[in-house]
Amino acid sequence: MYVAVKGGERAIENAHAWLAEERRGDPTVSELSIAQIREQMTLAVNRVMAEGSLYDPDLAALAIKQARGDLIEAIFLIRAYRTTLPRLAGSNPVDTGAMVVSRRVSATFKDAPGGQILGPTFDYTHRLLDFALMAEGEAPPAAPTAPADPVAVPHILGFLDRDGLIEAATPSDLTPPDLTREPLELPADRALRLQSLTRGDEGFVLGLAYSTQRGYARNHAFVGELRIGTVAVEVDIPELGFAVEIGEIELTECETVNQFKGSKTEPAQFTRGYGLTFGQTERKAISMALVDRALRWRELGEDFTGAPAQDEEFVLSHCDNIQATGFLEHIKLPHYVDFQAELELIRSVRAAAFSQMEAAE
Amino acid sequence: MTNKDRREWMGLLARSAPDSLAALIGPLPQHSFARAPEIGAVMVRGRAGGTGAPFNLGEMSVTRCTIQLADGTVGHAWVQGRDKAHATRAAIVDALMQGATADEVRGRVLVPLAEVAARRAATRRAKAAATKVEFFTMVRGED
Amino acid sequence: MNMQPISGGFSNAPLQSATAFRAVLQAMSRPGLWQAIDGAAPPAPLSQASGALILTLADPNTPVHLAGTLDCDAVRGWITFHTGAPLVAAQDADFAVGAWDDLQPLDRFAIGTPEYPDRAATLIIELDGVPAANARLTGPGIDGEITAFCPGDRPTAFPLGLDLILTDGARIMGLPRSTGLEFL
Repeated sequence: MYVAVKGGERAIENAHAWLAEERRGDPTVSELSIAQIREQMTLAVNRVMAEGSLYDPDLAALAIKQARGDLIEAIFLIRAYRTTLPRLAGSNPVDTGAMVVSRRVSATFKDAPGGQILGPTFDYTHRLLDFALMAEGEAPPAAPTAPADPVAVPHILGFLDRDGLIEAATPSDLTPPDLTREPLELPADRALRLQSLTRGDEGFVLGLAYSTQRGYARNHAFVGELRIGTVAVEVDIPELGFAVEIGEIELTECETVNQFKGSKTEPAQFTRGYGLTFGQTERKAISMALVDRALRWRELGEDFTGAPAQDEEFVLSHCDNIQATGFLEHIKLPHYVDFQAELELIRSVRAAAFSQMEAAE
Repeated sequence: MTNKDRREWMGLLARSAPDSLAALIGPLPQHSFARAPEIGAVMVRGRAGGTGAPFNLGEMSVTRCTIQLADGTVGHAWVQGRDKAHATRAAIVDALMQGATADEVRGRVLVPLAEVAARRAATRRAKAAATKVEFFTMVRGED
Repeated sequence: MNMQPISGGFSNAPLQSATAFRAVLQAMSRPGLWQAIDGAAPPAPLSQASGALILTLADPNTPVHLAGTLDCDAVRGWITFHTGAPLVAAQDADFAVGAWDDLQPLDRFAIGTPEYPDRAATLIIELDGVPAANARLTGPGIDGEITAFCPGDRPTAFPLGLDLILTDGARIMGLPRSTGLEFL
């Protein structure tokens, strides 16, 4: 029997009211502004933009405020909002070689042209809590400056490429498939995998990347180059007939140099993994590059070892935290009818078993 | 006016902060909307390996607008973010730059915006340069 | 600058596109009956109805094919400015607009795939006045049968097939792929 259940409206309204009050917290503590979140919780904002798949720092900050700091909830809000926006155009591919870098390091070449630029990194901090931040301190002194070389900082892997030591990344002008417009079909090409990874959950992609380092589809990754900085976004404006810059975004790019392949006919070459993410999100970009490389086993003629990071169906179906949390969290919502059916089934099975036992006695 | 000039000023207007443009442009000339300011998204693309085949990276919010001045000149704007007034101002400057007062508008609006943009980029570069590692090699070996 | 391409769009897009969309829904769910659709003032030779259909249905993700005399600068510029839809060859089109003869042969258009029957083209057929009824229509949305004018037969392999929308001035008539056609 199916029983339609109605009700709970008042309970839900009151729950929302309490949620709003809890979100605000103690009213004697001053309220956070969107600008404060955007400027001081920047890396959270960046993560929400990357996984929400919408570059808009103010909206990401608003989502974080509304979600009480639950970043997956904030990403959910951004994903929901972006579906309301008409898609006006696709950009020309951004030129990360022309990036104005704030950070650029290579683990493979000490003396790379353009140098090792540390940027605002946590890498060399001591991970000791700074209790001075607990007191409301003054603004830190301005960061030191030094005369800059205005020339563009070239891609380090370009040098290996020029000597034929690494597989080429051959340009094309194909319009890439779009996960948000067409249902995912497997096998997916690399463009679809990269789109899926860049909006995938940081924790999930990090875990997979770590698994490749620990031996599940090991691919010996070196960070050939990691760069963070701003690039211009250019769009072909149909009414003008030429391309115009529509703004500037911050990106993190990671290129890995991986174990080489070679055969009797082909000389040995290094292979590549690639990560590119919105904002300053380097853990994610490095993870993405490692997983991208692991997923390329087929095109590079490697063996499928059964490792999760090599399994496209596994990775692409599970890396999206909004899909994951939607399906996971729905099980806490009413399943009264489903459960009633199970309950009746188990009762009848038990009743049958008891009557058999009685008959046997 | 060449397409290259127009590309340049449209890019500069798009990258400018709404407040800076609003402060520089002053009172707006009479205009009508051929396309009212519209907020939407642009799918940003990257290339696999930095130089390879394109892929979809994610969207960014953008506002576009087309205005027409009283003399019939049409101005377009596509600017990052969701600020309709900013898109309108950018489209008006685009139209003004095609007219007789282009030089005056360039001096009053575009040049200061370009200076702000250049200063911002220079500061960023200078801070980055200060974090550049200067390696020194320890002398070792037999002799 | 030529102002032609940028005038003639919806003046109140949210309301007008919703009203036009309702007209398309009505046309497709009541095959054979004419529905009024307006709000657009496209450049000649595109009809008002086709203009409103394109403003309502096309966007940068829906390639449009222009057939015959419609494939001219004025119409191309207008569609590009107002919808951003790419203008393409027949085989790549989601929407195709033109006179019946100019759209031939119809087997150039996509009829969908068994996995994705929705990946089929919708043909917007420009009529100049509507001749007398020449076909008996049956199927979903029709109470029994109805007679209407239909310019010709179209390939069907239901659920695959082409959806047709006929236009005449500022009105439209739907002939979805689910409609059975029997010429009198």
